[in-house]
Amino acid sequence: MTLRLNLVLGGLLLAAVAGTAATASVWTPFNPVAVNLRRRLAAPTDPYWLGTDEFGRDVLSRLMVGASTGLTVALVTVLVAMALGITIGLLAGFFRGWTDRALMALNDALLAFPGILFALGLLTVIGPSKWGIVLALGLAYAPAVARVVRGSVLSLREREFVEASRALGNSEAYTLWRHVAPNCVSPLTVLATSMFGWVILSESALSFLGLGVPPPAPTWGNMLAAARPYLETATWLSIAPGVMIALSLLGTNLLGDALRDILDPRT
Amino acid sequence: MIAPLLAVSDLRVGAKPDIRAVDGVSFSMAPGEILALVGESGSGKTATARAVIGLLPPGLAVTGGRIAFAGAPLTPATLRPLRGPGIGMVFQEPMTSLNPALPIGVQMAEGLALHTRLRGAEIAAACRAMLDRVGIADPTACLRAFPHEFSGGMRQRIMLASVMLLRPRLLIADEPTTALDTLTQAEVLDLMVGLTREQGSAVLLITHNLGLVARYADRALVMRRGRVIEEGAARALLAAPREPYTRALVDALPRRGPPAIPRPPSEPLLRAEALAVDFAGRRRFFARGRAVQAVRGVDLAVHAGESVALVGGSGSGKTTLGRAMLRLVPASGGRVLFRGQDITAVRGAALLPFRLACQIVFQDPYSSLDPRMRIAEIVDEPLRLVPGLGAAERARRTDAMLDAVGLAEFGRRHPHELSGGQRQRVAIARALVREPAFVMADEPVSALDMTIQKQILTLLRDLQRARGFACLFISHDLAAVGEIADRVVVMQEGRIVEEGSRDAVFDAPRHAYTRALLDAAPRLEALVA
Repeated sequence: MTLRLNLVLGGLLLAAVAGTAATASVWTPFNPVAVNLRRRLAAPTDPYWLGTDEFGRDVLSRLMVGASTGLTVALVTVLVAMALGITIGLLAGFFRGWTDRALMALNDALLAFPGILFALGLLTVIGPSKWGIVLALGLAYAPAVARVVRGSVLSLREREFVEASRALGNSEAYTLWRHVAPNCVSPLTVLATSMFGWVILSESALSFLGLGVPPPAPTWGNMLAAARPYLETATWLSIAPGVMIALSLLGTNLLGDALRDILDPRT
Repeated sequence: MIAPLLAVSDLRVGAKPDIRAVDGVSFSMAPGEILALVGESGSGKTATARAVIGLLPPGLAVTGGRIAFAGAPLTPATLRPLRGPGIGMVFQEPMTSLNPALPIGVQMAEGLALHTRLRGAEIAAACRAMLDRVGIADPTACLRAFPHEFSGGMRQRIMLASVMLLRPRLLIADEPTTALDTLTQAEVLDLMVGLTREQGSAVLLITHNLGLVARYADRALVMRRGRVIEEGAARALLAAPREPYTRALVDALPRRGPPAIPRPPSEPLLRAEALAVDFAGRRRFFARGRAVQAVRGVDLAVHAGESVALVGGSGSGKTTLGRAMLRLVPASGGRVLFRGQDITAVRGAALLPFRLACQIVFQDPYSSLDPRMRIAEIVDEPLRLVPGLGAAERARRTDAMLDAVGLAEFGRRHPHELSGGQRQRVAIARALVREPAFVMADEPVSALDMTIQKQILTLLRDLQRARGFACLFISHDLAAVGEIADRVVVMQEGRIVEEGSRDAVFDAPRHAYTRALLDAAPRLEALVA
């Protein structure tokens, strides 16, 4: 196999972000939530390599802890959305009929509702927390997955290899699992990685609106939100989390493309 | 000698870095001549024709040689006004060559508006006259209709009509009937040749089917690997081919096999009794469309070890009947009996003995294999359901089966790495690995090149002799059927219209539809005699 640039680059970027997150769980340069009002809004210099924020907290330490929170939230949310969406899509597309109509009516109702609004409503009810965000965003993104899966399944189930599987005497469940589901993987890898990016952004948006991971725990989203009033005076406050978000998105997208190519036997 | 209409000399078409699709092809065509360009997939016949009309697919380009039309060299600048009134083209796939979003009338009018001074009502009148000429029943309604309202054969007539409206001096027809059944194929080609003779147009007919060459062409060029390897008057070329490759192509034309060995009467293995299949009509806004009666009460029995051909045109219900007998589509009336047992309503695990004993080979080897599985996995999968089979025994049987279809080395590959013929071998291996008593083959060779068709048919026949399974061979092509069948059953509009031993049906057909099918099938014996 030839060396894949997108695999190497995407892998390195994500490994760097994940490494940062892992390090944060055992060591950070400073306590990420320790307030020091005498050092507030310090420009990046030794020992505060990325400066301090409006409460004098070390930006680098907060960024590291934020990486951990952000990656966990994004990863688990994508898993939740995928699990839900794939199940709904496979069942609806394969069995058609009433199953399809019922599931898709529900799905379309959710899709018709802006995802972020849905998450907002849910979080208002259950209160902002890390796992609350995972649940809310997972539910908000699942319908998109279900749509994509159902579309693939609808075209796959007309293919003759699916009929051949029936003619062999395989059960519907086996056919669905062995022949239909694996062939939905290509569009899903791309969707999953894009979604990883959307979730990081949505989490930032929710934090911005005050419904994200509650302060003082740092996330890239609430750091970005808090940095907004200081955009002109303390630029480093927005640049640091912004660059981290951008690098994670770039990493996941590159890795997603590479994964799709690797998982497709035709390439 | 008359000045040639089209003169191609030393034409080269290629792609970077070193692909030569057409490698130094020269030929010329006289006005009004019908020239066949014969060859198999990848021979460069389509690339040659597309180079003439300047419609090469992206990536391919003319890299050398000259093309002259009516004495003047063809360049991109001189070509454009010639497309339509000078050179017209009919494409292979009638399902995609008309724009589904525009009514027929609008599409037909485009050429006339661009190339003639006709306007409005005159254009409509010309279109109606031409549609009438190609046998469209109601031309006025047709102009307002959309392509999806017509069958493949009708669309190809409409395509032909809109091209011939401009009275081209050269018509390029690229496998114009490969997607159609034999009967429709003969109708469309008869029409095409009749129309071009009327208008004095020359035809460049691209085909892989030598039977059509003998019937319609004056002259033929045989192409292989981008070169012309043989050229001559069509019939002489088929009767006495000089090149071994041409001989192989001629030999691949289906011939009638040896007469069937009479077998003692036995209990039928699989039997349909008054079997009917309806498809619910299309759902509309407030109601359903009319239900389609695909199969209307058919009795058909297949005995052990026997080879039965089920023949009919598109829409005759033959495929639906086959699938209903295999319990792949639900029957709406009648019964299916397997070894004397009614299995019409049997479901789930109780159906397993039937599934183990009956298998199917599909038409399209590109769609019938799971693209994510390796060949050995595909052939091994059916054994999963055979009770009491160990892993070692499964592997042994998979290997033996792959060996039997000539693919011993291919177990680790994926379907996309195989050619169409090889894929069909995999499909056959998958169907046979459980040693079924009955195999249904639904047009198993119609998607393949002629020489590959021959190989697959021979393989099927040899395997059937060795293993003794019964075979229901579904096809629109009586010629291919003659090679393999003991008994022939002819279906039309959901009913069986004729049934008998192959020789009886071929030599003394009783039903008019059977006679039409036989006349339409390109058979070598009749053509070069």
